[in-house]
Amino acid sequence: MKLQARELRWQVPHSGTARSIVEDVSLHVAEGELVGLIGPNGSGKSTVLRMIYRILRPAAGAVSVDGRDVWRMSARDTARLMAVLAQENGGEFEFSVREVVSMGRTPHKSAFARDDQRDIDIVHAAMLRVGVLQLAERSFATLSGGEKQRVLMARALAQQAGLLVLDEPTNHLDVRYQFEIMNLVRSLGVTAIAALHELHIAAHYCDRLYLLENGRLAASGTPAEVLTAEHIAGVYGVRAAIRLHPRSGRPHIEFMPDEPV
Amino acid sequence: MTQGVGVENRANLAGDGASQAASPPRRRMPMLLLALMGLLLLSITFGITLGPVEISPASVWRIAGHELALRLGIASAPGEWTLAQHQIVWLIRMPRVLLAALVGAGLAVVGVTMQAMVRNPLADPYLLGVSSGASVGAVLVLAYGVLGFAGVYALSLGAFAGALLACVAVYWLAHSGGRLLAPRLILGGVAIGYCLGGITSLVTLTAGQRELANAVLSWTLGSLAGTRWDELGLPALVLALGIAWLLLQARALNALLTGDETASTLGVDTTRVRRVLFVLVSLLTGVMVAVSGAIGFIGLMVPHITRMLVGTEHRRVLPVAALVGAVFLVWVDAVARVAFAPTELPVGIITALIGGPFFVWLLLRRGLSPGAGR
Repeated sequence: MKLQARELRWQVPHSGTARSIVEDVSLHVAEGELVGLIGPNGSGKSTVLRMIYRILRPAAGAVSVDGRDVWRMSARDTARLMAVLAQENGGEFEFSVREVVSMGRTPHKSAFARDDQRDIDIVHAAMLRVGVLQLAERSFATLSGGEKQRVLMARALAQQAGLLVLDEPTNHLDVRYQFEIMNLVRSLGVTAIAALHELHIAAHYCDRLYLLENGRLAASGTPAEVLTAEHIAGVYGVRAAIRLHPRSGRPHIEFMPDEPV
Repeated sequence: MTQGVGVENRANLAGDGASQAASPPRRRMPMLLLALMGLLLLSITFGITLGPVEISPASVWRIAGHELALRLGIASAPGEWTLAQHQIVWLIRMPRVLLAALVGAGLAVVGVTMQAMVRNPLADPYLLGVSSGASVGAVLVLAYGVLGFAGVYALSLGAFAGALLACVAVYWLAHSGGRLLAPRLILGGVAIGYCLGGITSLVTLTAGQRELANAVLSWTLGSLAGTRWDELGLPALVLALGIAWLLLQARALNALLTGDETASTLGVDTTRVRRVLFVLVSLLTGVMVAVSGAIGFIGLMVPHITRMLVGTEHRRVLPVAALVGAVFLVWVDAVARVAFAPTELPVGIITALIGGPFFVWLLLRRGLSPGAGR
C-alpha cells in the first residue's frame, strides 16, 4: 500500500470544545491509483490532506507512506516520499520557472552540495515532461493559473517522490485548463490523492473516491458507487440524475437544481 | 478556446524580454561578483582619500601596505608621507571606512534574511523595530553597566539580546493562525520600534549621566565617527560566519519565500530554520548596532536593488547584497562627511533621507496588498 491513513481525527487545538473537524477518516491509495477526495466546502478535505502531508498533526490516527509513519519521519525524509501541490501562491517574490522547479531538489541535497549535472538534468526532464520548458526563464509570478499549476507539477516531478498529493489542483482554473492539468496527472502515471471540488472531474479521472461530509466519511468506492443520486442529494443537498457511460462505466452527473431534494 | 490561445501567444511574446531581467545565466555571476569587489575596493580607497587633509589613492595603499608588512614582520621602510597623513589614513579613516563596508554588508544581509523569514519585501531591521531593540539593550549596558561579566563585548551582547527580544515580539504580534499578516507585521514593527525608542530615551535621560545623553543621541541617529580598529573584529567575524551559514541554508531560504507550508513539503524543517534565523538576524543586527547605532533602510533598499540585478535565488542574492550594501554605505558615509563640511552628519540621517522615499515608492508599487503577507 502506497498511502495508508487510519482513523484520522483532528480538532482545533486548545479550543476547549471537544468537537472534531475530522473524525475517524481512514483511506488508502494503492500503487498507480488516482484517488479523489470529494465533499462540500468545509467538509474537511484540505484538513485530511494536511494531516497526510505532515502539516497538521492528527489528534488521533496515523499516516504512513510505503509503510513508514510520516509523523515519525523528518520533513526531509517525508519530502522524498511525497510531493505536494497545495493551494498556496508563490508570494510576490520573483523566481524564474527553472528556479521554482529546481526547488523540487531541496530534500535531496545536503547544505554543502551544489546542484550538479544530475539535478540539472532532472529539472530539465521534469519541465520537458509537463511542457513548460519554453517557460524556463520566465518569472513564475507572471504566469497564468494553468501555467503555474504545470510548473508546480514539474517541481513535484523533480522531487522524485512516489506519491503526489494534490489539494484542489483545478481550483480557479478555466475548464480547458482543468482538463489539461488532470490529463497531465493521468498521463504521468503517478500515484496520487487529490482533493477535488468539481464532481465531473472526480467522476472522469479518479480510480476511486472518498466522499466527506462534516469531517466524516460518507461513502467510498468507485466513482459509480460513490456518485449516486442519493449521496449527492444527501451530502450536497442537490438533486441529480446519474447516467453511467456505456463503455467506461463512469458516472455522468446531471444536476437538477430546480427540483426539491 | 480562441481566448485561451490568445493568452498563450501573449505569454510567449512577453517571455523573452522579461526572462533576462528575472534570471541572468549562472555564468554571469562570477563576473558580477568580481566587478562588485573591484567597485568596493575603489570605493574604500576613494572614501579614505576624502576629507580635509588631502591624500592620494596611491599613498593610501602604500600606508596600508606598510602597516600590514610591519604586522607580518616584514621589513618595510616608511615612504614619503607625513606622520599626520599616516595617522589620518591608518588610525582614523581606514577603520571607519572599513566599518562602513562591514555594517553596510551586514544590514543588507539582515534585510535579505528578514524578508525571507516573513515573506515580505518591506521587512527591514530598522522598520520592524529590531534595531530599536538592539539600541535598548546597548543603552542599558552603557547606563547601568549590566552584563558587566562580558567585558568589552557587553555592549554587543546587550544589543543582541535586545534585538532578539524585539524580533520575537514583532513576529509573535504579526502571527495569527499559522499565517503572517503583512499590515500587522509592518504596523506592529513600527509600534514596537517607537515603544523601544521611548525606552532608550527614558533610560538615557534618567540615568543621571550627562555625557551619556550626547553619546546616545549621535548613536541612535547612526554614526560611524570615531571608529577604532579594535571595533572591527567582532562585526567582521559575525558577518563572515553569518553569510557562510546563510549560504548553506540558501535552499531553505528560497523555499521559505514560497510559504511555510510549501517549504515544509519540500523537506525544510521550518520551525528549526526559523529559530536559527531569529538568532542570526538578532546577532548580526545587535553587533552592527553596537558599533554604529541604528542605521535605517539599508536592509530595505539593498535587497531590492540586488533582486533587480540578479533575481530572487538566495545563492546569488546573498553575496551580491553584501557587496552592494558595503559599497552603498561607504558612499553614504563619504557624503555624510563632506556634504556639510566641516559639520559631519550621522550616516543614519542620509540613509533615512534616501530610504524614506524609497519605502513610499515600494508601498505605492506593491502595496500592503492581500498577497503581501500570504
